Amino acid sequence: MDSAAPSLGPQIAFWIFAALTLGTALFAALSHKIVHAAFALMATFFGVAGIYAVLGSDFLAVTQVLVYVGGIMILIVFGVLLTDRVPDEYKVASPRRYLPALLVAALAGAALVGAVAATKWPGVPATMPEPTTTVEGIGRSLLTDYLIPFEFSSILLLVVLVGAARLARGGTR
Amino acid sequence: MSGLTLNHFLVLAALLFAVGVLCVTLRRNAIGVLIGIELMLNAANVNLVAFSRFHGHQHGAVYAIFVIMLAAAEAAVAIAIVLNVFQHSASISTDDYTEMKG
Repeated sequence: MDSAAPSLGPQIAFWIFAALTLGTALFAALSHKIVHAAFALMATFFGVAGIYAVLGSDFLAVTQVLVYVGGIMILIVFGVLLTDRVPDEYKVASPRRYLPALLVAALAGAALVGAVAATKWPGVPATMPEPTTTVEGIGRSLLTDYLIPFEFSSILLLVVLVGAARLARGGTR
Repeated sequence: MSGLTLNHFLVLAALLFAVGVLCVTLRRNAIGVLIGIELMLNAANVNLVAFSRFHGHQHGAVYAIFVIMLAAAEAAVAIAIVLNVFQHSASISTDDYTEMKG
């Protein structure tokens, strides 16, 4: 049992973060006020960052918090606040839409879980292997194997920056 | 007691993706739809990072970084479009975006 004891910590952390992620994601999908959904989404992002930490991906956990909580959340909250005029639209769809939406979501979830359960992943160890430090490997990969996508992403971000500013100005020509 | 397996993370990602689909199909608010899309992108990223860890190399993690970058770009452009359309038609309900019908 001594060999099994160290694996208990990550397991507890996994279940806590999985419950946090799924619970707040459900709240984000179903809450009546879009502001509540936005802040529930922030908790979901923290939960996913915790899952990355359980997976030993320290760099991605930090990136997740920085980019999603620091960037995308601010954008979404700004979008919510700037379009805050028609209270009726804050409500989730009318009840007659619940059934098809639930059906589609349940089918998608069942299909994915079924596919995961039915697939044998070749070359994958049964339990989580020892963590390896990821920052150095990611840095080396980004500047060697993935140099072209890395540079293209910088061009894309510049285009998005200019394009979003141009789009959001709206009426002015 | 066995430790965490790959399927733990894949099932979590599948359920998170299903919640994202639910959010996209249920919301009438364009920003609510965007929230659902972010949930689905996060679910895909959990898969990538899980495979990266279980295969013992960092290619999945690098791919996840590109997905995060694209999600940020997508959110910025989508919210700019929503704000623009809101100025134009004073509504962010997806039911009202019918002007582009062919």
